[in-house]
Amino acid sequence: MIDTLIDLILFAMLVFTALAIVRINHLFAVVMLSGVFSLLSALLLVTLDAVDVAFTEAAVGAGISTVLMLGTIALTARTQKKSSRSGLVPFIVVTVTGAVLVYGTLDMPDFGDPNAPAQLHVAPEYMAGSIEDIDVPNVVTSILASYRGYDTLGETAVVFTAGIGVLMLLSGLGRRRREDEEEEEDV
Amino acid sequence: MINWDFIVGHLNYWLFIILMMTGLYIVVARGNLVKKIVGLNIFQTSVFMFYISIGKVTGGTAPIYPVNRQGDIEYDPTIIYSNPLPHVLILTAIVVGIATTSLALALIIRIREEYDTIEEEDILRIEREMSAQDNKEHGSAMGGRA
Amino acid sequence: MHHHLILRVVTKMLVGTIILFAFYVQFHGDFSPGGGFQAGVIMAVAFIIYGIVFGLQKAKQVFPEWLVHKLVALGVLIYAATGVASLLLGYNFLDYGAFNPGHPIYGQHWGIFAVELGVGITVTGVMVAIYYAFAGRPPPMKDEDW
Repeated sequence: MIDTLIDLILFAMLVFTALAIVRINHLFAVVMLSGVFSLLSALLLVTLDAVDVAFTEAAVGAGISTVLMLGTIALTARTQKKSSRSGLVPFIVVTVTGAVLVYGTLDMPDFGDPNAPAQLHVAPEYMAGSIEDIDVPNVVTSILASYRGYDTLGETAVVFTAGIGVLMLLSGLGRRRREDEEEEEDV
Repeated sequence: MINWDFIVGHLNYWLFIILMMTGLYIVVARGNLVKKIVGLNIFQTSVFMFYISIGKVTGGTAPIYPVNRQGDIEYDPTIIYSNPLPHVLILTAIVVGIATTSLALALIIRIREEYDTIEEEDILRIEREMSAQDNKEHGSAMGGRA
Repeated sequence: MHHHLILRVVTKMLVGTIILFAFYVQFHGDFSPGGGFQAGVIMAVAFIIYGIVFGLQKAKQVFPEWLVHKLVALGVLIYAATGVASLLLGYNFLDYGAFNPGHPIYGQHWGIFAVELGVGITVTGVMVAIYYAFAGRPPPMKDEDW
C-alpha cells in the first residue's frame, strides 16, 4: 500500500515537472527542471529495486547532463522563441501514439507478477550462476562484466566513438589541420 | 463492471506512457533545438523506467546477495530478488545516452555558429533562401533555363 | 569566478572526497551498487567541478588535455586486451576462467576487475574530454549578461 502511495506521489511530481518543461520558454529553467526530472526518476528507480541504475541516473542525468546543457545554452541562446505553429497537430499525433501504446500494454502481465515471461527465462540462470560460477554478490556487476561482456565492450566502444565525435565537432582538431594545409598552400 | 485488479496491475505502464508522450510532444511541437533534446531526454528516461518496471517482482529486493564477515555469499532462498537483466541493459544505456546527447549538443553549437540561431523555423527559412539564391545564380549561368 | 569564496573553499575540500568515492565505487562494485560506469562519471565530476569553480585553465593544468585524450582510448584498449588475452590463453573471447585455470572463480574476479577498470577509464576520459570541448569554446556573451 505504502509502495503504491510513494509511486503515485513520485509520478505526480514527474508529470508536473514534464508539463512545466513543456510550458516554460526560459531555457535555463528548462535545463534545471530536466535535472529535477532525472533526480525524481532516480528515486522512482530505487522503488523499482534498480539501485545500480538509480545511482547511474542520479550521477549522469542530474549531474553531467545538466552541466553540458548549461554549457550549450551559454554558447547558444537563453530563451526560446514563441512558436507560431499551433500545438494541435502534435497533440493529436501524441494522443494517437499513446493510445496505441496503451493498447499494446493490455496484453502485458501485471506489474510485479513473479510468473511473467521476463522473470522465467535467462534471469534465474544468471542469479544462480552468479553464486556458483562467479561468486560476486552484486548480480548486476556479474552480468554486466562477465555474462554480457560482449555487450559492455560494444557499449564502451559507443561511448568512445561519441567522445571522438564531440572532439571532432568542437575542439577544432580538424580545423587546425585544415588551416595548416591552407597556410602551406599560401607559401 | 470495472476490473480493478487489471487497472492496478497496469497503471504503472500507463503512467510511464503518459511521461513518454509528454517527451514526444516537446520533440514534435517545440522548435528550439535545446528544448527538443530535453524532450528526447524525458522520452528516453521514461522508456528506461518502463523497461525496469518489467523486471520488478512484487515483494522483491535489489539483486545483491548478502555477504557474511568472511566475504562469502550467504544464500537465503526465502528472499525474492527482482530481475537483474533489465538493470544491466539500462545501466549501460544511460551512459551511452549521455554520450550521444552530448554529441547532439555539440551539433547544436556548430549549427548556431553557422546559422546564428537554434530555432528550427529560422534555420529552415535560411536554408530556403540559400537554395533560392543558388538556383538563381545557376539559372542565369545556364541561360535562364534551369 | 574570483568572488565566490565559499564555493572555492568548499570545492577544495570536496574534490578529494569525490575522487576517493569514485575509487570506492569502482573497486567495491562487486559487493554494492556501482561499477565502472558510475565510477567513471563520478571521477569526471570531480574534475568538472574543479574546472567550473577555478576556471578551465587550472583544470587543464591538473588534468592535461593530451592525457585525457589518451585515457579515452586506453580504457577501450584495456577492455579489448582482456578479451584478446583470454583468446591467446586458449579460451573463448572474454572467458575470464583463462586467468586462473586451476580456480576459474578467481579468474572471473580478475577478469571483472580488468574490464570494469577499462570501462571506468574510458568513461572518465570521455566525460572530461566532452566538458573541455564545451567549456573551451569562446562564448558569444559575457558572464555579466546572464
